[in-house]
Amino acid sequence: MGYYILRRLLIAIPSLLGISVVLFTVLALAPGDPFEELATNPAVPPEVRMALRAKFGLDDPVAVRYVRWISAMAQGDWGFSFVSRVNVDDLILQRLGVTLFVIGTSQILSLLIAIPVGVIAATRPYSLFDQIANTLAFVGFSLPTFFTGLLLILVFSIWLDWLPFVYQADIKATGWQWYWQHVRQAIMPIMVLGLFQGASLVRYVRSAVLDVIRLDYVTTARAKGLGERVVIVKHVVRNALIPVVTLVALQMPAIFGGAIVTEQIFRIPGIGSLLISSILANDTPVIMAVTFVFACLVVLFNLIADILYGWLDPRITFR
Amino acid sequence: MKEHELRALIGEVKGGKLSRRTFIHRMVALGLTAPMASQMLDFVGVARADTGFKYKPTKRGGGGALRILYWQAPTLLNPHFATGTKDQDASRIFYEPLAGWDSDGNLVPSLAAEIPSRENGGLAADGKSVTWKLKKGVKWHDGKPFTADDVVFTWEYAADPATATVTSGTYKEVKVEKVDDLTVKVLFDKPTPFWADAFVGTAGMIIPKHLFADFKGEKSRDAPTNLKPVGTSAFKFVDFKPGDMLRAEANPDYHVPNQPYFDTLEVKGGGDAVSAARAVLQTGEYDYAWNMQVEDAILKRLETGGKGEVHVVPGGNIEFIQLNSTDPWTEVDGERSSIKTKHPAFSDPAVRQAMMLLVDRKSVEDHIYGRTGVATANFLNNPERFRSKATKFEFNVAKATEILEKAGWKKGADGVREKGGVKLKFVYQTSINAPRQKNQAIVKQAAQQAGIDLELKSVVASVFFSSDVANPDTYPKFYADMQMYTTTMAQPDPDRFMNQYCSWELATKDNKWQGRNASRFRNDEYDKAYKAAQGELDPVKRAALFIRMNEIVVGEENGTIIPVVYRPRAHSRSKTLKADISGWDSDTWAVARWYREA
Repeated sequence: MGYYILRRLLIAIPSLLGISVVLFTVLALAPGDPFEELATNPAVPPEVRMALRAKFGLDDPVAVRYVRWISAMAQGDWGFSFVSRVNVDDLILQRLGVTLFVIGTSQILSLLIAIPVGVIAATRPYSLFDQIANTLAFVGFSLPTFFTGLLLILVFSIWLDWLPFVYQADIKATGWQWYWQHVRQAIMPIMVLGLFQGASLVRYVRSAVLDVIRLDYVTTARAKGLGERVVIVKHVVRNALIPVVTLVALQMPAIFGGAIVTEQIFRIPGIGSLLISSILANDTPVIMAVTFVFACLVVLFNLIADILYGWLDPRITFR
Repeated sequence: MKEHELRALIGEVKGGKLSRRTFIHRMVALGLTAPMASQMLDFVGVARADTGFKYKPTKRGGGGALRILYWQAPTLLNPHFATGTKDQDASRIFYEPLAGWDSDGNLVPSLAAEIPSRENGGLAADGKSVTWKLKKGVKWHDGKPFTADDVVFTWEYAADPATATVTSGTYKEVKVEKVDDLTVKVLFDKPTPFWADAFVGTAGMIIPKHLFADFKGEKSRDAPTNLKPVGTSAFKFVDFKPGDMLRAEANPDYHVPNQPYFDTLEVKGGGDAVSAARAVLQTGEYDYAWNMQVEDAILKRLETGGKGEVHVVPGGNIEFIQLNSTDPWTEVDGERSSIKTKHPAFSDPAVRQAMMLLVDRKSVEDHIYGRTGVATANFLNNPERFRSKATKFEFNVAKATEILEKAGWKKGADGVREKGGVKLKFVYQTSINAPRQKNQAIVKQAAQQAGIDLELKSVVASVFFSSDVANPDTYPKFYADMQMYTTTMAQPDPDRFMNQYCSWELATKDNKWQGRNASRFRNDEYDKAYKAAQGELDPVKRAALFIRMNEIVVGEENGTIIPVVYRPRAHSRSKTLKADISGWDSDTWAVARWYREA
């Protein structure tokens, strides 16, 4: 097992290097200029822009810039943002907590919805409940998060005026008020992400349970006189969840992607909105770092999925 | 408008027949900036008018929280590194210049004890120096006294090429001397009519020497104060998360009595302009939202929410079309649009005049920009004293057709006019931005009726406005027949703004297209007038020169510029908030004076 993990981590290194080369080249070749705003401002002489470009090393060839970046990165220096001149790792750390909070809770919410709904739908296939659940799930994952986000804002903030639509990471209230305000502002983004994720998970849970529920050992369990509840919870769901767990792990990077848009809509100061504003400002070091973090997450969660799979299903061995 | 006419008008103001304000407005209508207008009046000694903003609170504090929303979040708080207005505005909450510009273009002292003038001895008669007296008893937020050393240091810091400040253009050509602890002297090489540049307005914010002295030049990025500003203003720094949130609290030792009214201030950033407008106008979650780049129809609908209003303040930004004077389709020495070539069609004044008649500015104003874009015939619109009255605009397809017919441009079989093998087929480029594409369509339609075929091209803004030498689609390269964009006028004085038509500013391969003259406009009279204005100390004569320059670039005879709309700055504001906003300075230039009235 330890050997397996070590080997997987070693394999991850060349693939991450490859990813970084591709990312860096694409970003370097993409048009755009972090000092664009200075270009149209007559009060700023062009020499300033040229001096800044030279100072930040933007005029060097791509290969030189890549080697500089990767060797700094290997020493733990992530570089600094061109627009805020803050170290990139500080910027990311500042925003990581919010993103993890929003993504984590929405993931929990999606599981809380998907598992019971999927299981009940599978135990009564083609019943009215199943039909409704399936239809809603279909609608749910067909609607993109930016659409449901705007829809929720329109209904709950504009028409009903119940919830704020501008997220504040640091709320100054204390005690219950603090929790209450946090819940109020987080409801909408978490709902948007959680429902989207839940909708696609429902269908997986349902089909996984359907696969298992027909197996012989389930019939045996029923035959030995166990109650339906015990059969479902202890025998069916436990085995059906093995593929679901891997799926959740594999989908984590996709959730980060979905969060980018949601964060922008609700002005949540997370990694996703950092990525968008850096892209708009052509702030290459930050774009590079954030996309690289996402790439690492994909590799990491793939590994986690594989390990979890083997742990949950003893039939699989690591070699 | 000629010099003597201007003098007559000023005489009327002096005699009380014409109000100061009407005069300034009339000058803005001529294409001048308001600060220039008021400078003219100051010069002849007309008393200064009230700016119209009254600060009513009678004690400091008690106003609660002021909530501001910027849809592009501030990312750094050092005014000399500010890449855009968002950073300048955020820095201005903490730092102050010696003086700022109000909405009529008057200088208002902040850290200066008084505005330098001939009478108080501040302005040298030869126009080669300005002496600023500093306000007594001003303290930095950390308690250290503010002195002339800080002012001199700000100059050293900003002018140092190694620091690479964005304000270096303001400081590199002046010299600053300390006279005594509360007096500084700014020296110029040559007589300088526009002396109020260094230490004034957005570029003029004074930074504390004791905190920045170790971080001048190469080490500038390491200064902790870049993100934790210590200024002299009405608000003290509390917390800053770049790209997200800025918090400040009232400064109990602020050097102006009874200010500020608000106890705390927060600037939230991010999102988009429409939802920012919504948070102020419709739900009232915020008090103020900056830069409403939103179609007026949407703003009007949001305003029915009743919580806030949209305000516009005049400034110098202008959306305009350039007709290329050079040939974009012939390559000479490795560059197209080379100044060695002539545009095959636009070199004929008749074609240029026809194009000018084919831009339906009124429709652009009515259907696209509304309050946020006012149709204009002038390139130089504000301050008013620089605005030409001689120019007017007209939309007239029939007249355009007639001019073209008369000049011998005949319609071919495909409905496109041609003469001597040259077809009136043009590529018209701009950046991708919904109003601009609508604008292109309006022009194309009218041109088609007159027998001119326009091919519309839109380039992603990050490419169009980039300084990427390798990319052919940037606006300084101008590899098209016509192009449209907005140029900003950051300063109330048109000196730097109008240099974009000087022949020595031409964007060419030799200067890596860094020259500001992207339109390739060349005119000897213009060059001469510009040079004369640079050394002209009499503001009236100088204004007349700028009015003339404007008339040359937009005129029928030599003009290649078609102004479309000038873009006043729009912001959303809660109905209860009273704010003093100027188009010539940062939005937050007077945030100490903002207050709430039920």
